[in-house]
Amino acid sequence: MSKSITAKNLNVYYGDFLAVEGVNIEIAAKSVTAFIGPSGCGKTTFLRTLNRMHEVLPGARVEGELLLDDDNIYGSGVDPVTVRTMVGMVFQRPNPFPTMSIRENVLAGYKLNGARMSRSKADEIVETALRGANLWNEVKDRLDKPGSGLSGGQQQRLCIARTVAVKPDVILMDEPCSALDPISTLAIEDLISELKKEYTIVIVTHNMQQAARVSEKTAFFNIAGTGKPGKMIEYADTTTIFNNPSNEQTERYVSGKFG
Amino acid sequence: MIESTQTKNPTPASVQGPAGGHEPPHEPAAMLRPNSLTGNIQPRWFLPACAAVSLLLSFALVVLLGDAEEFSINWALWFVFAAVIHLVLAYVITLVRINRRKAKDMFWRNLIYVAFTLALLPLVSVIMSVAIVGFQGLTNAGFLTSDMQGINASTDAGTQEGEHGVLGGIRHAIIGSLVITLMATLVSVPIGLLTSIYLVEYSQGGPLSRAITFFVDVMTGIPSIVAGLFGAAAMASFLSFADSLGIPVPGRSTMGVTAAIALSVLMIPVVVRTTEEMLRVVPNELREASYALGVRKWRTILKVVIPTAISGIAAGVTLSIARVIGETAPILLTAGFATRVNWNPFEGWMTTLPVFIYQQFTRPMHPTYHDPSFQRAWAAALILILIVMGLNLIARIIATIFAPKKTGR
Amino acid sequence: MSSDESQSSGQTLQTRSGRRTRSSEATGNSLASGDRAGAGLDRGFAGLARFAGIGILIILAFVAFFLVYNSWGAIYHDQDGQADSASFHIGEFISHAWPLVIGTLIVSVIALLIAAPVAIGVALYISHYAPPRASRSIGYVIDLLAAIPSVVYGAWGMTFLAPQLVPLYNWLNEYLGWIPIFGGSPSPTGRTIITAGVVLSVMVLPIITSVCREIFIQTPKLHEEAALALGATRWEMITMTVLPFARGGIISGIMLGLGRALGETMAVVLVLSSGPIAWSIIQSGRHDTIPSNIASNFPESREGSVHWHELIAIGLVLFVITLLVNMLARWIVSRHKEFSGAN
Repeated sequence: MSKSITAKNLNVYYGDFLAVEGVNIEIAAKSVTAFIGPSGCGKTTFLRTLNRMHEVLPGARVEGELLLDDDNIYGSGVDPVTVRTMVGMVFQRPNPFPTMSIRENVLAGYKLNGARMSRSKADEIVETALRGANLWNEVKDRLDKPGSGLSGGQQQRLCIARTVAVKPDVILMDEPCSALDPISTLAIEDLISELKKEYTIVIVTHNMQQAARVSEKTAFFNIAGTGKPGKMIEYADTTTIFNNPSNEQTERYVSGKFG
Repeated sequence: MIESTQTKNPTPASVQGPAGGHEPPHEPAAMLRPNSLTGNIQPRWFLPACAAVSLLLSFALVVLLGDAEEFSINWALWFVFAAVIHLVLAYVITLVRINRRKAKDMFWRNLIYVAFTLALLPLVSVIMSVAIVGFQGLTNAGFLTSDMQGINASTDAGTQEGEHGVLGGIRHAIIGSLVITLMATLVSVPIGLLTSIYLVEYSQGGPLSRAITFFVDVMTGIPSIVAGLFGAAAMASFLSFADSLGIPVPGRSTMGVTAAIALSVLMIPVVVRTTEEMLRVVPNELREASYALGVRKWRTILKVVIPTAISGIAAGVTLSIARVIGETAPILLTAGFATRVNWNPFEGWMTTLPVFIYQQFTRPMHPTYHDPSFQRAWAAALILILIVMGLNLIARIIATIFAPKKTGR
Repeated sequence: MSSDESQSSGQTLQTRSGRRTRSSEATGNSLASGDRAGAGLDRGFAGLARFAGIGILIILAFVAFFLVYNSWGAIYHDQDGQADSASFHIGEFISHAWPLVIGTLIVSVIALLIAAPVAIGVALYISHYAPPRASRSIGYVIDLLAAIPSVVYGAWGMTFLAPQLVPLYNWLNEYLGWIPIFGGSPSPTGRTIITAGVVLSVMVLPIITSVCREIFIQTPKLHEEAALALGATRWEMITMTVLPFARGGIISGIMLGLGRALGETMAVVLVLSSGPIAWSIIQSGRHDTIPSNIASNFPESREGSVHWHELIAIGLVLFVITLLVNMLARWIVSRHKEFSGAN
């Protein structure tokens, strides 16, 4: 159950300010795609438009089409809530619900629905999700403790478990490792390569090595200057982007000349 | 690890939930979401349309329920019916068209809208009550420039019989409000400001600062009437003590300064709280930058910290003035009620605007002709509201215009 | 925040720069001989600030002292002007005080029952439902409710609201009259304790609203987004993240409102036509509250008379009640602190 994403001429605005301009991209199902680029170039903004999370910020709106398989998620009559059940998201800083235990955190998506299930069923879901997030062995003895008591890396994997528990079609990751230490980062990266067997994954990262390690395709975003809109400069196989980019800006960025 | 990829096409059974235990572990995932992207949301026009229908329906209901002979509308009943119909209608339609989750969301959203409308009604009603009669009262000659001396039942009777307009004014009350509030401010602001400086800049969470914080909280909770009792009781005790020493003192504790003391008790905690908050948001980097330049701590506080926070402090002080200027009870107990201008807070009774309003309402000058007294009271209330709102507005303006320029963006 | 460390480092730097300006006299350890006057001023200013803080404690001690001192005369006094017959009259005082305490509680509970749900709704509207551009100005509008002086609310309740509520009381009496609180003959003027409660609810609404709004806004965006990203509807997001986060704040807001309602004087004095306590809350000439009783009797009482002392004593009772409420609020908030998720 994973879907492809296609953006057609997508513009993102904050009020009157054009934040991201004219993105055309096709992201295949069951692949890992990395967005790289300097700060403020709109990669996170664009990522958040993929599950309509940008609408949380006042004044944000989108022009153009964004297809999930064949359905436009910005079409009329589309419920953003439904979109978000299909496109899960992992945030920059781990954000387990502080009032819930680890177990409740994993089941949060079900709880929302008022889904009644037997305890054994719930246990199964929790275990599968936590195993899927490589967290089971670390937390299986303290499932009823608050999620905020875990380490940063564990919290982030808990958030991933929470996301995969509801079986989305796509998982978006917004710099999921930027608040983590190298060992936790490695754990998350391993997890990503596990997850791509089943999900379409889009990851924003500042770390080019990370992009090179985990992704199959990479999109490079850049911004012409302050106040100008961000643009997608180049989108190609990761190896191409890092070894043989066709665009000069991309080459300068990946070779560390700016950014 | 993640082995179950077979849940792609949810069967109707799985949508119903885990009826049987034989389903694969991830089957419930399917019931989390609808099968299609569209059709899960009410169109944009739904809420306004639903509200309009409810308003019309309840209007009809109110007219039907009302008196058949004369056509009259009970506005309150209309509002209640409309709210209930709207809530139920929106819930049921959403439940039928979409699902229970959406219906619940819709229900609570509407309930919150209703609560908000409900909160606005008294505000509108109060302001209309005050403004309608109040403006009339304000247009009376000499309302702001005369006091209540010589106004009695027969003058008001004369007004009622159309011999002359409403006489008398609030000059004495305005002067009383100014004098008492000014004195209270002069006492409260230095104490409050210095205390908050102590709390933020000097104390390091020691027992004294914890005690001060706790007791400032206690003070915030003092009912205003208790503050008035304190002022009266303290002044009475002080005067009888001074009298026993042979010092010449006023015979009764009722005077302006007693009221100022009572108001200070109410004002100090407000000043401490607001200024403390403002000082705490001054970034520590600024203090450290100043220390690194070799500036002494007290100079750092006076030249760096306070100027950075000054707009907030000024706004806080203005708001605290706005709060105490509307107080009635403490002044009623401490400064009494006067009919003429009294500039001297250390001798004789004084009246403030709120007390004037109170007296005109509870003891109209004429036992049966209430209108002239009520009109004076509403006009005084209008002036009082204008003063308080003016102070609030000033506070906001200070806070926004003189706020330190934010960097970035 | 500002520690002694930074203070002393500031001094050291000051001395160093001082040496630079008058370089010739710098012999020996110039760091040791600082600029004495500056250090003295520093200490002086610190002392002044500390003194102001202690001043607040002294003022509060005075408040407590004078209230207690002058309350004594309420329970220990002469019998009807007969000198040398001073004795305790505790029973008299209690029989005078308890109806007032009950009346105060009734009116406050009515006010909170109405105000708390509406206030939470309004706060949620401002923080999560109103169009973002408008929410600031809507907040100001609600703050206007708080800016209107209590005497104006009292006047509004007395002249406008009370007559409007008469039909409602008649209706309640007719259909629900078998419940004691709606029994008796309903007031023809509407100046009842329940009207006073309604007016009070309008007055405490902005207090509860502003506390709740502040805390709702502080809900970590991170948690809200986590809920939304899981596909929560707005209301589900609120129940999952906002309300658990804000529980302590909501309770303390309600308690603050209760404190205000307990001590509110003018609205009750003007609206309520007071009298002895009764079961029915829709009769006029019934019930009285502590603040309203003090406000209507204190100005006429002779300084130092038994009645005067009695009024101060009943004021002390009110003070203690509000103090307990506020401390309870604090305790509840501290108990919920680990729940707030402010990590």
